[in-house]
Amino acid sequence: MPQPQVPHCPAALARILRVAPLVPLSLALTAFCRHIGKRHPGLFRRLGEHSRVRFVLNPVDLPIMLCLAPNGGAPTVRALRGNCEGEARISGPFAALLGLVHGAYDGDALFFSRDLVIEGDTGAVLALRNAVDDAELDLSQEIAALSGPFSSIILQTAAFAERRTGVSMARPEEDLAW
Amino acid sequence: MVMEIVCPAGTPAALRAAVRAGAHTVYCGFNDETNARNFPGLNFDRSEMREGVDFAHAHGARVLVAINTFPRAGDQSIWHRAIDDAKLSGADAVILADAGLLDYAARTHPGLRLHLSVQAAAANADIINFYAGTFGVKRVVLPRVLSVPEIAAINAETDVETEVFVFGGLCVMAEGRCSLSSYATGLSPNMNGVCSPASHVKYHDNNGELDAKLGGFTIHRAAKDEPAPYPTLCKGCFSAGGQTGHLFEDPVSLNAEQLIPQLQKAGVRALKIEGRQRSKSYVAQVVRNFRAAVDALEAGRPLPEGMLARLSEGQAMTTGAYKKTWR
Repeated sequence: MPQPQVPHCPAALARILRVAPLVPLSLALTAFCRHIGKRHPGLFRRLGEHSRVRFVLNPVDLPIMLCLAPNGGAPTVRALRGNCEGEARISGPFAALLGLVHGAYDGDALFFSRDLVIEGDTGAVLALRNAVDDAELDLSQEIAALSGPFSSIILQTAAFAERRTGVSMARPEEDLAW
Repeated sequence: MVMEIVCPAGTPAALRAAVRAGAHTVYCGFNDETNARNFPGLNFDRSEMREGVDFAHAHGARVLVAINTFPRAGDQSIWHRAIDDAKLSGADAVILADAGLLDYAARTHPGLRLHLSVQAAAANADIINFYAGTFGVKRVVLPRVLSVPEIAAINAETDVETEVFVFGGLCVMAEGRCSLSSYATGLSPNMNGVCSPASHVKYHDNNGELDAKLGGFTIHRAAKDEPAPYPTLCKGCFSAGGQTGHLFEDPVSLNAEQLIPQLQKAGVRALKIEGRQRSKSYVAQVVRNFRAAVDALEAGRPLPEGMLARLSEGQAMTTGAYKKTWR
C-alpha cells in the first residue's frame, strides 16, 4: 500500500496563527503536553538519554515553530514566530507532522521522499519518533479527555475537519484483516 | 502448509500492529546491545517483552527474541541474562548467531527452541547440519547472498527449517561481519547492535541539496529532486577515480514478493521482513501485503500486485541475490 500524499494545511490556520497571541498558546500547549505525559508515561521514558534535548518542530506551512523541551518528563512547549534554538530540528508540512503523531504515515518513508527534513541530533529525532510511534497517541481523544461535557463535540469537530481537509486529526482505525 | 510470515517489531505498539495485521510470528529484541537493532527509543524492556509475548499468544501468534550480536569478551553475562529472560518471558524461540551463546542456551535451557541468525552467515547445508547436530538448532535464517536454486540445494540436504528475507534493507557485507560502520564510527552492528548509529549521523539541508554525514564523513549529497540518502556507509555515494557513484551498493531495498512461489517450491518454511527500526505504520502495511500474498498462494489465486515501493529504502527495489543476473 503506498503512502498517501500529504495534504495541504488550510490557509485559514496559517492566517490565524499570524496574529494569535503566542504566550497563551505556549501555556496551553505546555499544559496539553504534560497531560499527554501523564497518560502515556512510556513516551518520555523511551526518550532515555535524549529526554533533555530541545526539539524544534517546524511546520513549514505555518508561521510558527514549536520548541519542545521534554525536561525529563516535565515538558514545556514554546511557540515562536522567529527561529527556535534547539539541538534537533524536524521540518515538514503540518499535516505530515500530525500524521506521524497519529501513525498515519511512516516516518522513514516521509524522510526518504523529502517530505520531512531532520537536522541536528539525529539520535534524538529517532528516539522521539520511536517514542511517539509506541505511544499510539490520538490528539483528538486527548483534547476530548480534557473537555468534560464537550468531548463529543470535540471529536465530531475533529472528524469533520479531517473529512474536509484530509489532515490527520485522529488515529486511523486499524484495518483488522485477520 | 501456509508459509510463515515473520515480522519485525521495534516497539510493543509495532508488535501489536503486526499481530493484528496478520503476522504469524513477530521478532523483536531487548533494549540493549544484545540485539542488532540497538537504536534510540527502540526495543523492549523485560516487562514489555512479557506483555508482548502474552499479547501475541492470546492472538495465536508467536514471538522470537533476537539476541543476535556477538558477546564482548568478559561481558558474556549480559547476553546470557538476555537468553534467560527471553525464556522467562515465554518466547517461542531465540535467534542467536554466536556459537558460545548457542552452547549456553542449549545447555541451560534445553527446551528453548533455537533459531540461527542471519548474522551467523550459514550458507551451506554442512554448516547448518553442524549447528543442528551440535546445538539442536531448529531453523536457520539464510544469508541474503543465495539464489533460489542454491536455497533449494540447501533444503535438499537438511531437515532444518529455512527462513529467508523477502522485504527490507540489504547488506553488502558477508552477513555478520561488517567493518564499514565500525571504521566510520567505532560502533558496529555485530558488536554494539548499531549499524551507522544515529548519534553519528548528521543531515544538513544546503539550499535544497541534502548532505548526509556519518562520523564526520560526507557519505552522500542528494539533489533537490532526489530521495533523501540512506545514512549507511555501504549505501553512500562517493567520488573516486574521476567517477561518482554508489561504490559499495545501490540504495535499493529487497522485495522478493513475486518470488514467493519459487521460494515455496525451494522448500522455504518462513518469509522474513526486515525493519525493526521502522514505524508501526510500515510494519502493518508490509505485513498485510505479504499475508495477502501467502494466503493467495495457498488458495491457488494469483499473487496481488505489489504496492510497497514508497516504503522501501531509497524508494527502489531489487530481488537481490535470489535472481543472480550477474552470473
